[in-house]
Order: sequence, then structure tokens, then C-alpha cells
Amino acid sequence: MSTYFTEEHNQFRQSLRDFLNKEVVPNVDEWEKIGNPPRDIWKKFGDMGYFGLRFPEKYGGLNLDFFYDVILLEELSKINSAGTSAAIGAHTYLSLSHLNNEGSEEQKEKYLKPGIAGDLFGCLAISEPGGGSDVASMRTTAVKDGDEWIINGSKTFITNGVLSDYLIISAKTEPELKQAGISMFVIDRNTTGLSATKLDKLGWRASDTAEMAFSDMRVPANALLGEENQGFYYIMQQFALERITLAIGGVAGSEYALEYGLNYMREREAFGRPLTKFQELRHRVAQLAAEIEQQKQFVYHLCQRFTDNEYIVKEAAMAKLLATQLSDKVTFEVVQFLGGYGYMEDYQASRMWRDSRLGQIGGGTSEIMKEIIAKMAIDEVKY
Amino acid sequence: MFTEEHKLFRTGLRDFLDREVMPNIDQWEEEQRMPKDLWPKFGEMGYFGLNYPEKYGGIDADFLYSVIFMEEISKCESGGFMILPAVQQYMASPYINKHGSEFLKEKYLTKVISGEWIACIGISEPGAGSDVANIQTKAIKEGDHYVVNGSKTFITNGVYGDFVVAVVKTDPEAGAAGVSLLVIDLNSEGITKNKLKKLGWHASDTAELHFDNVKVPVENIVGDEGQGFYYLMGGLQTERLVGSIAGYASCEWAIGYTLQYMSERQAFGRSINKFQVLRHRMAQLISEVEANKQFVLHCARQHEAGEYIVKECSMAKLLSSELAEKVMTQCLQSFGGYGFMEDYKMARAYRDCRVGTIGGGSSEIMREIIAKMVIDDTSYQRAGSVSSTPKTKPVEAKKTETNINTNDKKTVMSFEAIESAIKEKAAAAKPLGNSLKFNFGEQNVMLDGTGDANVVTVNDATEAQCTVDVAMEDLTSMLKGDLNPMNAFMSGKIKVKGDMSVAMKLGTIMG
Repeated sequence: MSTYFTEEHNQFRQSLRDFLNKEVVPNVDEWEKIGNPPRDIWKKFGDMGYFGLRFPEKYGGLNLDFFYDVILLEELSKINSAGTSAAIGAHTYLSLSHLNNEGSEEQKEKYLKPGIAGDLFGCLAISEPGGGSDVASMRTTAVKDGDEWIINGSKTFITNGVLSDYLIISAKTEPELKQAGISMFVIDRNTTGLSATKLDKLGWRASDTAEMAFSDMRVPANALLGEENQGFYYIMQQFALERITLAIGGVAGSEYALEYGLNYMREREAFGRPLTKFQELRHRVAQLAAEIEQQKQFVYHLCQRFTDNEYIVKEAAMAKLLATQLSDKVTFEVVQFLGGYGYMEDYQASRMWRDSRLGQIGGGTSEIMKEIIAKMAIDEVKY
Repeated sequence: MFTEEHKLFRTGLRDFLDREVMPNIDQWEEEQRMPKDLWPKFGEMGYFGLNYPEKYGGIDADFLYSVIFMEEISKCESGGFMILPAVQQYMASPYINKHGSEFLKEKYLTKVISGEWIACIGISEPGAGSDVANIQTKAIKEGDHYVVNGSKTFITNGVYGDFVVAVVKTDPEAGAAGVSLLVIDLNSEGITKNKLKKLGWHASDTAELHFDNVKVPVENIVGDEGQGFYYLMGGLQTERLVGSIAGYASCEWAIGYTLQYMSERQAFGRSINKFQVLRHRMAQLISEVEANKQFVLHCARQHEAGEYIVKECSMAKLLSSELAEKVMTQCLQSFGGYGFMEDYKMARAYRDCRVGTIGGGSSEIMREIIAKMVIDDTSYQRAGSVSSTPKTKPVEAKKTETNINTNDKKTVMSFEAIESAIKEKAAAAKPLGNSLKFNFGEQNVMLDGTGDANVVTVNDATEAQCTVDVAMEDLTSMLKGDLNPMNAFMSGKIKVKGDMSVAMKLGTIMG
């Protein structure tokens, strides 16, 4: 019995799987090598409607319930390339979400619509070399100059930051107000004064990750996203969604990794019998399977509450914390199950393991999650 | 997920436990037993029949009432206390309810529900625990009785309890197919009991039982001979699910208890809940407990829907008992030296949780089951024809069976008789402090206790703070003391509108 998925959901999952198996899975090894998915993949996703599952029909979206996104995120976590999933995810769940929530009609027409269609893709740039989750310490500034804003500063660890067509960025419009003086902007790639450098990473190799600099970058007044000085609030509002997407990915990635490990163990023989017959390994698999099932049900429960518009800041932090920790544990074990082959690039386990490592860092580290949970559970703070 | 009715039930239960249980826990732990007259009080409140048919005095409430019951008894600072009601209702007697004959239900199940008799389940033996097919206790049929020989051990409630649902071999040659369940009175001739000393669970009695040519009537067989193994496999899912609830609920208690201490205890000039390392440790535990709780609740919903969830129950039991170990260890650490002292309750919680990964199938057995299902794709089917129908309760049918608790007392009072009975009760009771209306559709009785006395009027048009919709026959039962207001509430016989807390005072009016 599934509490959350209807027959329509299951059909959607099947067609999505077919699509991924045809358009994505055969190519991820190459994308991992070149460091990003090719330009034409965006259009293919757009044509299928995958970027606009939850967005209004007016902008080309499908206006579906959140569990369609859950399915998209789950299946994207089973293509053995978290870098590819990250590129897709950053576009729709980070950049398009801000445009949908805060964008003006004009901005929605210009970016959201083509973003959903897959004609353009974007990125979200918040972290800076000197401050990640500590948003208040942001140094990038935007100063009004007549009809324009002049933006100076730098951003780092930005997924799709080199190749995207547009950027959603944060900057301080009133630095003396600290976090209350942050605003959001949407900026075209070809803006003068914008430069981006590709970073080399431990994993997530199929996505481009950038450090970018803004040097007297002039943007028009209508580049402001939403209201002035509301940026911090907008960012915070998006965090619950971002954390839930990471939790979904963490669980689905774990599930995929364990299944992969198990398939290997069924075939691999040692001392005259398959690895699945060794009690010690069986119990480790059982433990992981139990932890994954528990985490999955916790995340589903949360997705339901998210769908119902409940207040889930604390639980989203919990889910993100636990799911990404679990993913590290599972992928570590799967490498172990494969022995020497686990360390070789011929098998998928090594990529799973290194790709998993980012989970506990991106979207707020595990330590930041614990800070939030501690504040809410111990000090009874509400956000 | 929990309705207003569920919440009200929890409040009533909590009040009951605070009154009848909490003040005595330390003494029971010390004496290593609990008084026998405590349990009929549970029975009276309906707490032992939450999951059982009305026919035998049960309430037949949905499983979430059982979740609440388990949660609250797990928050009484004593695992030894918690386990008696848990065994009574969820581990021993379900076999009688599910597979037992009418005779067994009338004789034993009714007494379990009323709290007059305490039940235990006898599976483990000195030489076999989870390896049920290998048990050695024999029950050989001789005419109209079985002759039982063998031993059972680690039997909760076995010393002071009244009967045991014992796992025996009726066909010793047949392996699992020779296993049967037999109800044995613990005062039978030929039984010796040995009270075991334990690491924790001190308030609870745990026995080693020896059966020496014990005669048991043939009608005490549960279900069919040779089906015991399958009955057990089904029953153990409930046992594990219930154990999982106890696991996360005790963790919630420990975290609350620890956070309270951490907010009061000072070190280096500030309360210790300001130290980041301790905060993060607690945040991690709180998260893990929340995830486990939601998983167990998910399993509870599946269970309620009639699904047979062997894998999930094993997973839940494994994870929640291991989590409890972790939580108790780390919470105790926050108390420093006081954690090691009996003046605080952490020491007891720490030792009590230790049995979680052992009882009801050890963690290793859970992993064996999970491994078989996940790796070998083994699936387990539900036992026997009796239990193969999913537990679905036709709601409409239930509403019409209003008189089931009072089937031999069918007389319904007239409206006038009800009015005067309420007047009598209201005069005897202290002023309610609120207004309460009993609504029978066309007519109503209003009780206004906002002044110095309870004033009773009939067919009053003014709004009361709380209105109770009830059938006259059910109110009759309540007035006669045949129906507990809380039971009536839980089984949908009374519907409350307005201030729910006023309805809670029904008990005081009904005396």
C-alpha cells in the first residue's frame, strides 16, 4: 500500500524512468568527464515538462502536487551522477523557485517561462568566499545609481554558475542593516563586469560549479527580484524546500546504492559462495535497509506536511541532517561490499561515495542543521 | 493524525497514570512487584480492552488509541511498569482474541480486559528463544487433557500472573508444524515458579516456569493444534510494533527530562544547555527520535489498515531499541555524576532500555529476518484462515450496536427517569464550574454548574459550554455505572461539541 502515490504518480515515474534511461543514463559517464551536461539536455527536460511540475500553467507549468517532484528527485538520484541531478535540481528547485515566488510578471515572462520550457537555465548564487550559511556576513553590495544598480563582490560554490543563462544573486542593498539589508536580483549572463571560474571538485563532476566575481556590474532597476531588503526572508523561505529536496535525494541515493551493492554481492563469490550468504554482510545490509526505510518514511511524511503548507522548518533540518548522514554511511558501506572493485572507476560505487560527500555540506552543513534544531528544540525559538 | 478524541483520551490517561501510578513507581521498583489491585483500575477505565471486541468488554478502538496508551505508559519512568500492561494486552492475549475459541475468550479474554487476571506469554526456554521450532516443552494429549512437561524462561508477569499462553509441542517429532499454543493456569498443580533477578525492569516480575506433568484441559488449546508457529509469527509483529512505540516514547521522555536538567544545571557560569557540543548532541538525538517516531507511526497506520508488515515491524523494532540505547547513554552523560545516582531517573532509564535489543527477538534476529526479506526476497504470509481477513471495522455497523456493553440490562430509562437520575448525581457532585448539556435529539437535559450548585433544567434552549450528543440507552448505561464515560466517548457513543475539557468532567458527575 502506498500512502502517498497514486496510479497517476506511478505512471509518471515509469515514463520519467524511460526518459532518463534513454536520454541521460547512457551519457552520464561522458558528462562526468567533460564536467557538465550538454546544452541540449535542458530542452529535452523542458519538453517533457519536468522543470515545471509544480508551477502554474500560465508559465508552461503543470500545476501538479509536490509528490511529482518527489518522484523526479528520486529518479534523478538513481542515474548514478549526482552532478547531473544537481545541475537539473539547481535550475528548477533553486532558480525557478525564486522567480516563481518573488518575480514580477515581466521577470516571469522573461525567465520563468523559458526556464520551464528548457530554453534557458539558471543558478542561485548566495554563498561567498567569506560566508555561506552565515548570510548576514555577506559582502556583495548593490548600490543604486540612477536607473541602475552597481553590484560588486564575489560568490562561490555556485552550481551551474559557469554555464547558466541567467543568475539569481543576493547582495546587500543596505549593508548597515546587516541581513535585513539584503536584496535579490536576476541577472543575464552577458552582463558586463560578470566573470565566472570553474572550480575543480571531489565529486559532483558532471555539474559545473563556479566562483564568480562582480566588478562594477551594472544592472537595470528591474533586475531587482521582489522587494528591496527582503532578500534574507526570501532565502529563508526557500530553505525548507531546498532541504527537503536534499533529503529526498539522500534517501533515494542510499536506496540506489544499496541495491547496486546487493546486486554485486549476489553475483560475487568468495570461499565458494556468493557474498549474500555471509551472515556478517547480511546483517550490515539489513541494518542499512532498515535505516533507509525509516528515513524514507520520515521524508515522505514531511513531504506530505510540506504539501499541506505546514510549518516544517525544524523537521526539514532534521530530515536533511539525517538523510545526508545516512547517504554517507550507505555509500561508504557499498564501497566496502565491492572490495577492491569499489575503489575502481569501472564500478559505480566510487562515484556514489564521493558524490554523497557533498550532502552534509551543501544547503547548510550538518552543523548548521544542528544549530537550527538546537535553537528550536532547546531554546524554543521559532522562525 | 490524532483527532480531538485521541487527544482527550491521552489527557484522561495521563491524569490516571499521574494519580494511580507515578506516586508509587519508586516503591514498586524497590519491592520488585506491583500490587494486584492496581490492574482492575486499568480494566475499569477500558485500558486493557482498547484493541478488543466490545463483546468481551473491550472498546474496539482504532489502533492509534493503543499507540497513545503505549506512549504514555512508556513515559512513567519505569520500563518494569510499562511491560506488564504491554504484555497483558498486546503480547499474550491477542492470540486468544485472534485464534481462540469462544470458551477461551469468555473465560480468559474478559478477565484480561477487566484487569482481574494478568496474562503472560511463554515462548522462550532455557535452550531456545527465537528458535521457536526447536522448543522442547511438550503437551501430550491424554483423553480430555494435555500433560505438559518442560520449562519456560524470561517470562514477564510469570511469577504473579494468572495464566500463560504457552508455546508447546503437541507433536514433538514435527518441528515447526508440531508447535501449538496452550493456555495454562499458573496455579495448576505441577508448576513451579522461580523469580529471576534482573539488570533492570525491576518493578516487573520475570519467571522461570517448570511444568511437571501439568494437566491442562483440551479446550485450552488456542486455535488449531500445530498452528502455533504461524500464530506466533503473526502475533510477533504486533509485539514488535508495540515495542517500537515504547522505544521512541521512552526516548522522548528521556530527552525532555534531560533538556529540563540541562536548562537548570550551571557550569562555568552558564547553564549547560548553552554549550554547543551538548546542544548538537541533543539536536542529533532529537532528530533521530523524530525520524524513528514517524516511521513507527507509519507502521502503526499500515497495521491498522490490516497490512501484514513483517519487514517493517522488524525494522522498526531494531531501530527504535537501538536508538533507545544511544539516547539513554548520551542523555545520562549530560547529567554527569547525577546520572549515575538513583536520585535522578536517568540511571533507571539507562538500565531499563537495555532489554530492548534482546526481548521480543534480539537485534540479530531482526537483522536475520530483514536480510531474508531484503536479500533473499523471502516473503511471509499471514497465518491461518482466522486472521486472513484484514482488520477492517465497518463504522456504520458499530454505531448501531449501541447496547453491546449492556446486553443483559436492556432497559432504557425514560426521559423523566434520566432527568431525575442526573439531578440526583448532580446534587451529589461538586459544582462543575461549567455548563454541560446532554442532547438526545428532540429533548435535552442541561446541567449548569457555573454557580454555587449544579442546577439541572430540561429542554433548555440556551447554549451550553459543552454539548454531549448521546443515545438515551447509552446514557442509561452510564448512569447505572455499566458504561464508563471514557469508553463511551472512545467508541463513538457520545459526541462532544464545544469545550472538550468540560466533557472530561463527565466522570465526576457519573460518580
